[in-house]
Amino acid sequence: MISADPSSRRQFLSRTLRRAALAGTASLAWAHLVDESRETEFSLRPPGALDEAAFQRACIKCGQCVEACPYGTLDLASAGGKHALGTPFFEPRAVPCYMCPGVPCAAVCPSGALDREAEIERARMGLAVLVDQESCVAFQGLRCEVCYRVCPKLGRAITLEFQPQERTGKHAFFQPVVHHEECTGCGICEHACILEEAAIRVLPPELARGRIGANYRLGWKEEAEISQDFTESDAEGRAPTDKQAAEHTRKVLKTLEDLEGIIEQ
Amino acid sequence: MGQTRREFLRTAVAASVAGSMGMWIPGRARAAKSELEAGWKWDKSVCRFCGVGCGIMMATKAGKVVAVKGDPEAPVNRGLNCIKGYFNAKIMYGEDRLTRPLLRKKNGVYDKGGRFTPVSWDEALDVMEAKFKQYYDELGPGGVSIFGSGQYSIDEGYAAAKFMKAGVRSNNIDPNARHCMASAVAAFIQTFGIDEPPGCYDDIEVADAVVVWGANMAECHPILWSRVTDRKLTHKPTTVVNLSTYTNRCSDLADTEIIFRPQTDLAILNFIARYMIKNNGVNWDFVNKHTVFATGPTDIGYGLPDDHPREQGQTSRGKAGAHWRITLDEFKQKLEPYDADYVSELTGVPKKQLVELARIYADPKRKVLSFWTMGFNQHTRGTWVNEQIYMVHLLGGKMSIPGSGAFSLTGQPSACGTAREVGTFAHRLPSDMVVPVKAHRDKCEKLWKLPPLTLNPKVGTHAVKMVRSLRAGKVKFFWAMVTNPFQDFANASEWIRAAREGDNFIVVSDCYPTVSAKVADLILPVAMIYEKWGAYGNAERRTQHWRQQVKAPGESKGDLWQVLEFSKRFKLKEVWKEHPLPGLPEKDGFAANTLPDVLGEALKMGYDPEQTLFEVLFARPEHLKVRWPDPIAQGHPNEIAEDFGFFVHKALWNEYQQFGLGNGHDLSDFDTYHKVRGLRWPVVNGRETQWRFREGFDPYVEPGKGFSFYGKALKAIPKAKGAGKESIGDKAKIFFRPYAEPAEAPCNTYDLWLCTGRVLEHWHSGSMTKRVPELNRAVPYALCYMHPEDAAARGIARNDEVYLESRRGKVKIRVETQGRNRVPKGMLFVPWFDENVLINKLTLDATCPISKETDYKKCAVKIYKV
Repeated sequence: MISADPSSRRQFLSRTLRRAALAGTASLAWAHLVDESRETEFSLRPPGALDEAAFQRACIKCGQCVEACPYGTLDLASAGGKHALGTPFFEPRAVPCYMCPGVPCAAVCPSGALDREAEIERARMGLAVLVDQESCVAFQGLRCEVCYRVCPKLGRAITLEFQPQERTGKHAFFQPVVHHEECTGCGICEHACILEEAAIRVLPPELARGRIGANYRLGWKEEAEISQDFTESDAEGRAPTDKQAAEHTRKVLKTLEDLEGIIEQ
Repeated sequence: MGQTRREFLRTAVAASVAGSMGMWIPGRARAAKSELEAGWKWDKSVCRFCGVGCGIMMATKAGKVVAVKGDPEAPVNRGLNCIKGYFNAKIMYGEDRLTRPLLRKKNGVYDKGGRFTPVSWDEALDVMEAKFKQYYDELGPGGVSIFGSGQYSIDEGYAAAKFMKAGVRSNNIDPNARHCMASAVAAFIQTFGIDEPPGCYDDIEVADAVVVWGANMAECHPILWSRVTDRKLTHKPTTVVNLSTYTNRCSDLADTEIIFRPQTDLAILNFIARYMIKNNGVNWDFVNKHTVFATGPTDIGYGLPDDHPREQGQTSRGKAGAHWRITLDEFKQKLEPYDADYVSELTGVPKKQLVELARIYADPKRKVLSFWTMGFNQHTRGTWVNEQIYMVHLLGGKMSIPGSGAFSLTGQPSACGTAREVGTFAHRLPSDMVVPVKAHRDKCEKLWKLPPLTLNPKVGTHAVKMVRSLRAGKVKFFWAMVTNPFQDFANASEWIRAAREGDNFIVVSDCYPTVSAKVADLILPVAMIYEKWGAYGNAERRTQHWRQQVKAPGESKGDLWQVLEFSKRFKLKEVWKEHPLPGLPEKDGFAANTLPDVLGEALKMGYDPEQTLFEVLFARPEHLKVRWPDPIAQGHPNEIAEDFGFFVHKALWNEYQQFGLGNGHDLSDFDTYHKVRGLRWPVVNGRETQWRFREGFDPYVEPGKGFSFYGKALKAIPKAKGAGKESIGDKAKIFFRPYAEPAEAPCNTYDLWLCTGRVLEHWHSGSMTKRVPELNRAVPYALCYMHPEDAAARGIARNDEVYLESRRGKVKIRVETQGRNRVPKGMLFVPWFDENVLINKLTLDATCPISKETDYKKCAVKIYKV
């Protein structure tokens, strides 16, 4: 998984892009266009896209999804841009995805790079992130929350949290909160943000999401109830292979050797 | 929010924003900020938009407004704003700002069928004068009209009303506020004898329950809603109830959401009153001491034209405002049918919710605050439903007590300050006086130094009647100021056609090429709010003045300048002569059907028939004494004062102030308002009034009385139906009002309700907010909010383009099934800010027959795919 090691996500992304560019049959000749300076950029893909590496391998750059989009949201990357040449992408601040119920862009994809059966409500084009609370005027107590009200999944993908404002003593904060299990990454929020530079932005999920440790559950959430006998982790556990067992033994012995070394000192 | 104080701000721009919000700024950023802000001059002002009346500070540099911040000292908003307020600095700088008078011309002369051509102010006013006088001479004072606004600054509304009523002796001036809170006014006058809310916003911070009736406060009164939210968060027992015909964003906060069928709020309120009586929820001590029971006729019609099928058999049309006392037993008997079974069936509200709501009002220990706006006011029984909320509050004795009261919100920045207090209505004079009452005309004639019988005693054409008269050729001169009537009026196509095709002359004073400007024959470019001096009055009776900040672009001129310049073109002998006044009965010294010649009396008073209205109304010796420049200006410009040679705004304020002194409408002096963050009238001995009618707060309540509903209007009423009149003294009236069918309801062809309203991002017709690029990007067009199952049943998907059609017109619009407004099945909601989705082509021009306010919330439409 991409997000397995959060500290190296950016390197991973750039590796992915390079590898994808090299791996694609037609893209062999374009590999040089993905230069070092653009390696850390990302591309938001149409709804129903495979994960980035697989998408780049599968996409035949035919442009049919771009043609099918009724809003002019999608564009095909041209040479010298920050997106892999010929692939469809969108930039929400310019034109977001309006989440057509029939997902017309994915429905016409001939290559399987986009899932033709995609449901727009389940799309994960990216994840909206309130990247700068300090600029967000709602976090200063102004009544804005445009991102909340324009969200097609208002109340699910974005909700408001109310907090009293101590400074005035009589007003409240209306703070927008994005929920990753619902956000499709359509970017209507980023597009609508009234600031000069949007404080809420859509990032690829692998860049935007944290992940709580598998060893911990939030005690007040029902679904995280843990039984006394730890059946949940047992169920996931698998017996080690012989090779793994041997490796484990070797590591333990080595550790012991280190300890002997310390004692000898 | 402690962490925000430690944050590091990198850029100067961010630092300036942060500075305005009172955050800590590190030294390096502070240096950059001071460089950016070098030469900025900050001054106190007020937000241009809704009736909440937030204070702002405005920075100017090199003749341009460069920044805005919420005024941290303003009691209403304490430095906060909504995003419309955030963009106050940008509303004046749209690319298509009108900067020159534009006249329809063909072959070099005015022609109704001609094209807009830039002309000089002289030529514009020459043609305007000629057309005015042509129709004035043809039809008399009834043939000309001004359609004004709750966005007039107080001086502008005052000057326009004085020009019309005292000058050309026409009462055909009415504001767009007629569409906005006329029902609230009628109910205030009928219930309390005086206009405007007894309480104030400070009620919020002490209330135990906030009940919102037909008001999307979360979007339309954002900063007040922020205060309601804070109350709920910081005072645990606070209950918030949202009553509406669809789910709006107030439900995010509400403990209980009650969705009722359109028009049935009338029945819910009667259920509550009945419940209170049967469950010991009545404060009998209060009711016996301070109230009487009353009712009126029921078959009062729907304010539609005489030949409309809905009006047939409505025998009390024209007598809708009549009312008489009833006994407590009669009152109880009339409430009897409104039991839980009947009301639940009628409204669609579960009985449990009805009882839960009634218990809030019936609890003697609970301080309850009710808010409403257009859901009540824009209602074919708008006056009734306003009176019913007072019924409930008066029964419980929950009135004029801190934290307990019924509070009518306003949607415009000076609906109260100008439209109501100045009286820019067809029936009103300043300070709650009305034209049919001789004593009121006498007082005005005295203060305005007019000969007796100058003022026209016949009520003029209210808003809807004005456009109907335009269509009928009874009004032929129509001047719209600070409003966009051809987008605002229900059944809009009808009036657009009448204006474009009829024998008439349409003048529109406007800042941008709005729908109304396009309909005009003459467009006069106006100075916008911060390009002139002015004053607004917000919903809690707070009067707030501001100074001019910058100069208007091009040849734009303030509305006050336009009225005063126009008044120069009328000589007394042209207007104070005898006029036909059809329909005027012989009374108070007036002969029938005639407005008398008063020039003889004028001569005795020292006037010369050759004098102009400008000299007699606006530039009298006492006005000219108010000199410009004035130290209160602190160097701020005032082109109107420069042009006329005296401090016009202050001179008019001094005169206007006289109307309210001593009769419960006391305002302070001009200079004081430039030093404080507004004052809530009555201002007596320098002190504002938070709660009227209550001893200890209101100086007009005599010691020992506890409460006194001392308003003077409509206090003498029949003791019983058909009986003689008797004064009820300083008591308030508890009205019984029944449920009545809506004017139009869905049928087989037009099978859905349509409700219209607003969104937070845009204000009214969008003429200003649509010019702010950020707001336009946030919400670029109006959407049709629809229930997903209704959509699916018609093969309509989210985002589909559809036609919406009523008996009156159709529009093309995109469907939203899961957005901010969640309508129940059978209903649609469309906001009206978008001139490209002119939803008022569909709405019905039915009105409350008492207040003459249009019901924009209920008409029948059908929907089909493009």
